[in-house]
Amino acid sequence: MDTLVDIRGLSKSFGPVKAVEGVTFSVKRGEVLGFLGPNGAGKSTTMKMLAGYLTPTAGTASICGFDIVKQTIDVQRRLGYLPEGAPAYGDLTPLGLMRFAAGLRGIRGAEREKKIQTSVERLELQSVLLRPIETLSKGFKRRVSLAQSILHDPEVLILDEPTDGLDPNQKHQVRTLLQQMAKQKAIIISTHILEEVDAVCSRVIIIGDGKLLVDERPGQLEARSAYHNAIVMRMPAGDAEKAAKALSGMAYVAKVERVGQWDGFAQLRALAAGGTDILSTVHQAVSKAGVTLQQIHVEHGRLDDVFRKLTAKSRSKES
Amino acid sequence: MRNVMIICKRELAAYFSSPLAYVFIVIFLALAGSMTFYVGNFLDRGRADLEAFFNFHPWLYLFLIPALGMRLWAEERKSGTIEFLMTLPVRTSEAVVGKFLAAWLFAGIALVLTFPIWITVNYLGAPDNGLIAAAYVGSWLMAGSFLAVSACVSALTKNQVIAFVLSSAVCFMFLMSGLEMVQAFFRSWAPDLFVRAVAQISFLTNFFDLAEGVIDVRAVVFFLSLIGVSLVINTAIVDLKKGT
Repeated sequence: MDTLVDIRGLSKSFGPVKAVEGVTFSVKRGEVLGFLGPNGAGKSTTMKMLAGYLTPTAGTASICGFDIVKQTIDVQRRLGYLPEGAPAYGDLTPLGLMRFAAGLRGIRGAEREKKIQTSVERLELQSVLLRPIETLSKGFKRRVSLAQSILHDPEVLILDEPTDGLDPNQKHQVRTLLQQMAKQKAIIISTHILEEVDAVCSRVIIIGDGKLLVDERPGQLEARSAYHNAIVMRMPAGDAEKAAKALSGMAYVAKVERVGQWDGFAQLRALAAGGTDILSTVHQAVSKAGVTLQQIHVEHGRLDDVFRKLTAKSRSKES
Repeated sequence: MRNVMIICKRELAAYFSSPLAYVFIVIFLALAGSMTFYVGNFLDRGRADLEAFFNFHPWLYLFLIPALGMRLWAEERKSGTIEFLMTLPVRTSEAVVGKFLAAWLFAGIALVLTFPIWITVNYLGAPDNGLIAAAYVGSWLMAGSFLAVSACVSALTKNQVIAFVLSSAVCFMFLMSGLEMVQAFFRSWAPDLFVRAVAQISFLTNFFDLAEGVIDVRAVVFFLSLIGVSLVINTAIVDLKKGT
């Protein structure tokens, strides 16, 4: 496993505004890094610096061993980049755009057509291949931009919101594609869709106010949630009181909440203090109290919960 | 070099994929033609030369060429495609030269399409065709200078209208620097050397040198140098904007 992306203290200021401050992390081959953060946090700015579109104010970064400032062209040859908003020349067709990108990447002739064909198949662009890009829907535009980014089979992919505007089927296809490609590449994706983080990412970075707040695996991030390892139980409505009483005051049970009631059933949630595994103790306690459970399951932490808590400080600055 | 050609090809195709190219060419030809025959009194003059035709080129270029140049960079910035272009393994200079060449070639196409007037003057009399050829080359070089300046200004802004107005103004200054009115202004307080220097950078002076058949290497060097310097400044501006 080699480190393909290495970022140290990367910073970018626009006049007095510090868009990115001292961001440090690295990505190895085989990893898919999810970049999360509120709007305006600095995700896109960081990506633009890595892709060689913006010059950093401070700090260094290297991709595949090449410095992003001093060896920008070398970096760009080995990088596939999907810019924010998926911009593309509207008058070109997807085929024309890919030929243009391939040409500038030094891919010519039969090899070019073969690589374009592969990209087209992976992103299912056959039906729109010869239509001007400006006539395509938002989803297709994004897929075209994604297609040009993987055309040359780069070692590193930096994708700014790759599934934005795609319908659920398309989202699924792109995520599957990313998972397949991840094995041989280092991929950085920025996203607002937290379920995407679960589905695709092996690591998560949260950026707030230009600073790196968290750098963990999704599992570790989930564990920060108050809802991590919470036990949710469904029981006859009449038993809810009994169960709640039996559980409150128990060690490692932080709180007992009534989640809902319908059709004669009630649903309770017991929050685990410190995310400890309380499944068996809760089950025993509830059975001892004479309650027959219809259903019981363990909840994973809620990423949006963790996200909100971690970025609360930067959000309050925004508003 | 190859990258320059790829970008040039794509830009040229872009001109023709919208009404821009056709509108520009038709208007240019219509104006050039009507100026020559009506304002220039081509037929009444009774001379077998195309002076009446070439006299108007600087003024036609003044307000038509910035329309070609304004979109070169301003449109890319506005639509965001500049981020796509500049994150491909392309040097800024390659992109600058490629775009300029495409616009210059397009202007050349428009010029070439005025050939009917060359045929006309040959039908009506016996002109010095060598002279006319030199004038065409001079006109193309002048168009290139207008374009290089426009492209430069276009790199400064996202707004195509601002790019147009500003580059028209700059080109106007270059045009006028040879006129007596500007010369007189400088003569009153500036050293003679400076006054002559200002005259040297006039588009009018240099173009008419070439148009009158004075095989003036200086004029050619002037236009090519101006194009070169503008392209260098253009590259610097695009690079500088990378920091923001």
